[in-house]
Amino acid sequence: MSEITPDLVRHLASLARILVTDEEVDQLAGELAVIVDSVAMVNQAVSGDVVATSHPIPMVNVYREDVILPSLTQEQALSGAPESADGRFKVNAILDED
Amino acid sequence: MTDITSSTAAELATLIQTKKASSVEITTAFLDRMESLNAKTNSYLHIDRSNALEQAQRADQQLAAGKASSPLHGVPIAVKDNLTTTDAPTTSGSKILEGWIPPYDATVVTKLRQAAMPILGKTNLDEFAMGSSTEFSAYGPSKNPWDLDRIPGGSGGGSSSAVSGHLAPIAIGSDTGGSIRYPAAVTGSVGAKPTYGAVSRYGLIALASSLDQIGPVANTVLDAALLQDVISGHDPHDSTSLPNSLGSMVTAVQAADIKGLKVGVVKQLSSDGFQLGVKACFDDTVAKLVKAGAEVVEVDCPSFEYAVAAYYLILPAEASSNLAKFDSVRFGLRSMPEGNPTIERVMAATREKGFGPEVKRRIILGTYALSSGYYDAYYGSAQKVRTLIQQDLAAAFEKVDVLITPTAPTTAFKIGEKVDDPLAMYLNDIATIPANLAGIPGMSVPNGIASEDGLPSGVQILAPAMQDDQMYRAASIIESLYHAEWGAPLISRVPNLEVL
Repeated sequence: MSEITPDLVRHLASLARILVTDEEVDQLAGELAVIVDSVAMVNQAVSGDVVATSHPIPMVNVYREDVILPSLTQEQALSGAPESADGRFKVNAILDED
Repeated sequence: MTDITSSTAAELATLIQTKKASSVEITTAFLDRMESLNAKTNSYLHIDRSNALEQAQRADQQLAAGKASSPLHGVPIAVKDNLTTTDAPTTSGSKILEGWIPPYDATVVTKLRQAAMPILGKTNLDEFAMGSSTEFSAYGPSKNPWDLDRIPGGSGGGSSSAVSGHLAPIAIGSDTGGSIRYPAAVTGSVGAKPTYGAVSRYGLIALASSLDQIGPVANTVLDAALLQDVISGHDPHDSTSLPNSLGSMVTAVQAADIKGLKVGVVKQLSSDGFQLGVKACFDDTVAKLVKAGAEVVEVDCPSFEYAVAAYYLILPAEASSNLAKFDSVRFGLRSMPEGNPTIERVMAATREKGFGPEVKRRIILGTYALSSGYYDAYYGSAQKVRTLIQQDLAAAFEKVDVLITPTAPTTAFKIGEKVDDPLAMYLNDIATIPANLAGIPGMSVPNGIASEDGLPSGVQILAPAMQDDQMYRAASIIESLYHAEWGAPLISRVPNLEVL
């Protein structure tokens, strides 16, 4: 029933930004197939007219007064960054140069 | 005077309030024990003696000046390492956060500081709280003080092994599918997951945001109630935080009366699939309640059959989204591939290196469950199962005040026994998951020793949302029925770790 192929795992891993080796892909495909086959039973439990619950205790429109409260300083916000420069997070290029 | 490290938090609080012992003396006793035994139990990932003692000293000074900050003033506590602390590294059991010192305290940590409770250290957990044994911690598994070859439950096995091994009088846990209650059951301690939203999750490193809740791990029901009263309450920093107070759990424990108590036994969680000794302990709890005058009836929750399946779609889906923040940019690890890689390649290399196998498994599963074309069939159906479970519970709670089930299907299993079988591992939470899906409070209380292996068993008490006081009432009644028989909490029977 499951359609968890190695190619699908490779695609999902790339969506999730996780580098995977061929060996990991094969292992994950096997494990995920078993898990997905098992959890797919949720389909049997529900019919179309059941409402979905996304949040167990319903709450709507949580507002607060629009006042300025203390927050992290720039230095604190950058304190855990692997690299920063000029008060900003420093990262590698987003696009390939070529 | 009783031995400090085997005392309950309530007893320690009394010693401090009556000036029979100082917070510094008590904190020192625990630190000494932690330093000699943590190598055996691996309960703590981080211990900072001088910082803990400074906090204890401040608590003593405040008390000397006549200021008692809380009923647990001066009582030291262990904190699960997925809560942020500005004065200690916070790893969430992952290599991706190794050495990270957060720039802010979790609200619960702030409340502990305000309550003058010195923090003994940060406790071990499965990586990002994904697991039920601590075997998925990047820093090695914690050990069960009842038998060091066995798991202490998870994800909060650091807190449960610390409390049951008397390396802390009380601790903070977090519970997404049973991570407080399951560890409590398999270590003979008490663990409570409050109603969703009762305790602020600001500063809790999120696993699955619609399920996560922080709660107490303790020696006794009264200790758990004392701690829940300290940590609960509305917090504007958490938009899911309940606006209303749920009242005092200590009052509920002190006023607990079995008269009129109606208890439901969940049909779907009382027969098949439970270890014989666990089942025998559960039957004994039911018999004790009946004998003491409670009305016990069987209730039907047919949708519970789908709870584990729904959970393992909702949790990975939410986790895959929550863990996207570990992107090598703002905090934690950055792994740089050779050459001049794009940021996308840096992220992928970092997440490959920083995440362990279970985290990768769940992120990829969650990515699948949320992907276009599958969303309705998986995530959408799982959310409908949540509705069905809530409906089953609503019908059950029309007939009874609380529900009871065995907390865990088995006693503590051996380290390594299930680590290569994800599905077998997931079934450990079969009885605890429904409470998270429905947002209701749940609690585990020790109910004996399984005869076949000599290991502790727990009974779970579930109550309607916002009625945590009913849960504490029933838990206190059940506990007192057992204490009358045992003469002391079950964890007083934990083997002497010093000679193991």
